[in-house]
Amino acid sequence: MKAPLSWIKEYVSLPEDLGVEEITDRLTALGLKLEAIETSGAGIDGPLVVGQVLTAEKEPQKNGKTINWCSVDVGDANGTGEPQGIVCGAHNFVPGDKVVVILPGGVLPGNFQISARKTYGHMSAGMICSARELGLGEEADGIIVLPPDAPAPGTDAREVLGLGEEVIEFEINPDRAYALSMRGIARDAALGFDVPFHDPAQRDVPLANADGYPVRIEDESGCDYFVARTVTGFDPTAPTPEFIKKRLEQVGVRSISLGVDITNYVMFELGHPIHAYDRAKLTGPIVVRRAHEGEKLTTLDDTVRELDPEDLVVCDDTGPIGLGGVMGGASTEISETTTDVLVEVAHWDPRSMFRTGRRHKLTSEAGKRNERGVDPLLPPIAADRVVELLVEYGGGVAEPGVTEVGPGASPETRKPLTTITIPTSLPARIIGIDLGDDTVVKCLELIGAQVEVEGDTLTATVPTYRTDLNDPYDLVEEVARIVGYDQVPSVLPRRATGRGLTRAQQLRRRIGRTLAGAGLVEVVDFPFVGEADFDRLGLPADDVLRHTVKLANPLSSEEPGYTTTLLPGLLKVAARNVSRGQDGVALFETATVAFPVDQAAPIYGVDRRPTEEELEKLLAAIPRQPLHLAVVLAGERTRGGWWGSAETASWADAIDVVRRLGTELGVAVEVASASRAPWHPGRCAVVSVDGVEFGHAGELHPNVCKAFGLPARSAAVEIDLDFLISKVPATAAGPVFSTMPVAKEDVALIVSSDVTVAAVEAALREGAGPLLETVRLFDVYEGDQVGEGNKSLAFALRFRAPDRTLTAEETAAARDAAVARAAELTGAVQR
Amino acid sequence: MSGPNTDYDPVEVTPLKAEEVEAARDAALTAIAAANSLEELKQTRLDHAGDRSPLALANREIGALPPAARKEAGQRVGKARGAVNQALAARQKVLEAEHEARMLVEETVDVTLPTDRVPAGGRHPLTTGAEYIADIFVAMGWEVAEGPLIEAEWLNFDALNLGPDHPARTMQDTFWTEPAENHVVLRTHTSPVQARTMLTREAPIYVVCPGRVFRTDEYDATHSPMFHQVEGLAIDEGISMANLKGTLDHFATQMFGEGIVTRFRPSYFPFTEPSAEVDLTCFVCRGAQVVDAGDGQLVTCRTCKGEGWIEWGGCGIVNPRVLIACGVDPERYSGFAFGMGIDRTLMFRTGLSDLRTLFEGDVRLTTAFGSEL
Repeated sequence: MKAPLSWIKEYVSLPEDLGVEEITDRLTALGLKLEAIETSGAGIDGPLVVGQVLTAEKEPQKNGKTINWCSVDVGDANGTGEPQGIVCGAHNFVPGDKVVVILPGGVLPGNFQISARKTYGHMSAGMICSARELGLGEEADGIIVLPPDAPAPGTDAREVLGLGEEVIEFEINPDRAYALSMRGIARDAALGFDVPFHDPAQRDVPLANADGYPVRIEDESGCDYFVARTVTGFDPTAPTPEFIKKRLEQVGVRSISLGVDITNYVMFELGHPIHAYDRAKLTGPIVVRRAHEGEKLTTLDDTVRELDPEDLVVCDDTGPIGLGGVMGGASTEISETTTDVLVEVAHWDPRSMFRTGRRHKLTSEAGKRNERGVDPLLPPIAADRVVELLVEYGGGVAEPGVTEVGPGASPETRKPLTTITIPTSLPARIIGIDLGDDTVVKCLELIGAQVEVEGDTLTATVPTYRTDLNDPYDLVEEVARIVGYDQVPSVLPRRATGRGLTRAQQLRRRIGRTLAGAGLVEVVDFPFVGEADFDRLGLPADDVLRHTVKLANPLSSEEPGYTTTLLPGLLKVAARNVSRGQDGVALFETATVAFPVDQAAPIYGVDRRPTEEELEKLLAAIPRQPLHLAVVLAGERTRGGWWGSAETASWADAIDVVRRLGTELGVAVEVASASRAPWHPGRCAVVSVDGVEFGHAGELHPNVCKAFGLPARSAAVEIDLDFLISKVPATAAGPVFSTMPVAKEDVALIVSSDVTVAAVEAALREGAGPLLETVRLFDVYEGDQVGEGNKSLAFALRFRAPDRTLTAEETAAARDAAVARAAELTGAVQR
Repeated sequence: MSGPNTDYDPVEVTPLKAEEVEAARDAALTAIAAANSLEELKQTRLDHAGDRSPLALANREIGALPPAARKEAGQRVGKARGAVNQALAARQKVLEAEHEARMLVEETVDVTLPTDRVPAGGRHPLTTGAEYIADIFVAMGWEVAEGPLIEAEWLNFDALNLGPDHPARTMQDTFWTEPAENHVVLRTHTSPVQARTMLTREAPIYVVCPGRVFRTDEYDATHSPMFHQVEGLAIDEGISMANLKGTLDHFATQMFGEGIVTRFRPSYFPFTEPSAEVDLTCFVCRGAQVVDAGDGQLVTCRTCKGEGWIEWGGCGIVNPRVLIACGVDPERYSGFAFGMGIDRTLMFRTGLSDLRTLFEGDVRLTTAFGSEL
């Protein structure tokens, strides 16, 4: 919201010596936040004066242009009183016109230094200025021609041009609809500096009568007040007066025609949107109703709109002629031939305005005000003000007929004033500051409320222009902003007695540190996913992961889903790192994924807490969102160097990530072979705890590496971290270990190639009995010596007794039992 | 071995003559002193202290002397051998020390060789940043609350006093899920966690909730469709704006250092009333509005554009309508809530200038921060 300071000052007696920054500081503190201060003519320096063109000789030039060689009277401004010779390229003036001249030594915006210089064969001593050159507008149809009654040549032109005027741009919060007008801003300025406010809405208006244009409201819930006035004999060619033009430009509205400009001007002045019709184009009485199914309307912006039965429309006998309160229709628009103007000021239901605006994707200055709430008493006042200006500047005559319909028209039927009762101490208590009751009452009176104190409570009757004030705490905010938010002391609350982080929160941190400690780098990525991602993962068409929560309005139509797997994003990030020159990347990401549940979440009322059953129903409709961990290892896992060559990441590194987490967290993770996209079918492990699978790890399928642009043999992990965390024992059991000497035995076993190490190891454990402390595979051999289809597994067994040194016989017996059991269960033959 | 005793005089055996013994001893001492390596010393030991060395042989001759002469000869030879052994031990010690020193010199390596066999890992600064913030509040006795990123519309909006037609709903450009009648959204703020907390816990409540949120913003240097907020909620008897200010001042100081405090400006949020924007003392110029350009010249601070303050977040007193919808008695309790952008806070703290750096996954970002912020 832009507001010229001079316009604000019309309605508030601000001290003359108050600077614009003091004003904006105060208003910002009151909640009207300063965005920017624009000063017109900023960047102009030196002699800028009124000049009068004495002669202008047209001289065609070789480049095809024609210039004017002018002599210009600049009074005594040039020190000599002699006419000034100036070359000018514009042609929109004649000798005798008053113009704006910048003399040598002056500076124009953009640090454009003006000096006497030779051009087109003349010594041009200065420049005749256009609005654009002065930084006053984009129009450059020619130079500025001042009205004939402009001051004498040589007078400083700044005042004539209104230069140096400050336009303040405010950021107005949605609740402060009243501040979308000079009236509202001036009112806050007045209370801010405790100076008198002159309400521009304070005017006597003619009483309603039966002679006005006939209007009927069929839907009073949508429109409770409709005022219509008519001006006849209006001159559609009359120019908009300069002050209106200038102010509209300052607030950021284009000047269109006198009729339209006046409705806009009054809207910015008072805050109430206004619509003007060409009465000659109306057929029969005006009716306000909801649109009928299938009705259409061409709005002012020449768009044909399919109307919704909820839309409020203004109609005549031909059907809808306007989208009430949002945008007028094209058929009854005022134009350059309009002589009879019908002025509509109506009070609309904000909710309907909001819905219609959103439905038709229409944002307008009128809609913005109507949907936030306007002063319901303004319609006759705004209408009268518009009529006044149309008559004054358009030469028309105000018809005596005044139409006022709807319950809002009469004090008996209009909505009663809002009253709010609060304990007088409430503002002080909530702000946390000592406030006398008098201060509270005064603050509320300053905003225009009528306050009655009774015992410990006060009742504020809220002024009509403050549609935002409804609740007790609304009054607290008013008191707080007037007393000043800077007065709020800084006091820590006294008694938070929390229990620290939850177990799961601690474990998540621990997992992150463990992974980082293992050389993995955490990344954060977006969760949006598309079919192409699943295709690149090689997921079958019916894979459950393809069933995503769909977004109605995704940022990219290529990624319309909320992901079920972290891998597509992470693989892309890995590829990005590789393409940026990393020889090896080891990444991890922890984030929730989502699986749809086909249930609707209810929308409850907000006047009470939902019951437990209601709450349960609500929570059950939210997609299941487990926390996942994904890891990708691509390229070098360890670097090469003087110590040896680099090691490439492999399926084993991926599986080790899960094993390492299991070790860190005290969870026994089981690993078994599996076949699952996007992994290599022969190099994929499913991981489980207590027989429940919670993810996969291994080498990626070669096609997946190719599809994502990753090095061959890249490996990946994805697990359900919530599940793993749920399996972490509450406390780690302290180990019991023997300090007796260890006895070591190595065994090499030949088994069929399809026997897993895990199976052999389990058999060895089982056979060895309680004396076995650890068993560890230290070599695998495949080749001639063990025969085709076989492999040799070398295990190191460590035996120890809790209470004694083992004898060689005891150790050998345990070893033999282990080997025997392995032979029995896996067909192992000792080498 | 001594020569044959041609003129046998047991008292006068040649090798046991004082001159002979002394000569042998001196020869040994000279050789020991001349040994320049442990190898040479070993040879010297064989030559002069070995079984066949002159002194050892002389010692053997003692038995042949008449008893009267044995004592003196024994003493003489013993003394000489003692001196030689002592010299040997001393020389051995010296040579060993020299050898060791030389070995250490020879084993010298270039310690500036690279040692980074295993590349370093790291945790993302958004993760560690959120933990840092959470810890500030946990240290004050608050707890960390959580909620899902895909959320019920009622919890994201209605319960927070953002009714179906509330203009603020369009301010927060929401990602809606299909079908729309399921009323499920990607949460636009961490505030639904407030609602969840109040719905599931008894007052008093002091919780902070760092988390991910989504809005349909185009992706550029300062906007992202996904970003992070930290929400705070305190519900207790007698909670006031002063408590809110106290809490945020403490947060600011812990996050950005002594002397950094907050400033409130009136604002509007449906879920708080009164509402405030929170500004933070500019942590670059520390409120001075100007900074030293390095040459003593004071120039306008670029971080705060010379205002001395930077925008940090929003806050306010929990709107009693929210308390009612979430089952908290507004007659007994009041509360405050606040929300800050973590990404923004982090960018302030670390001097990052492009938000996208946080989300593109370049390992160089994460590893720059290590494992804690």
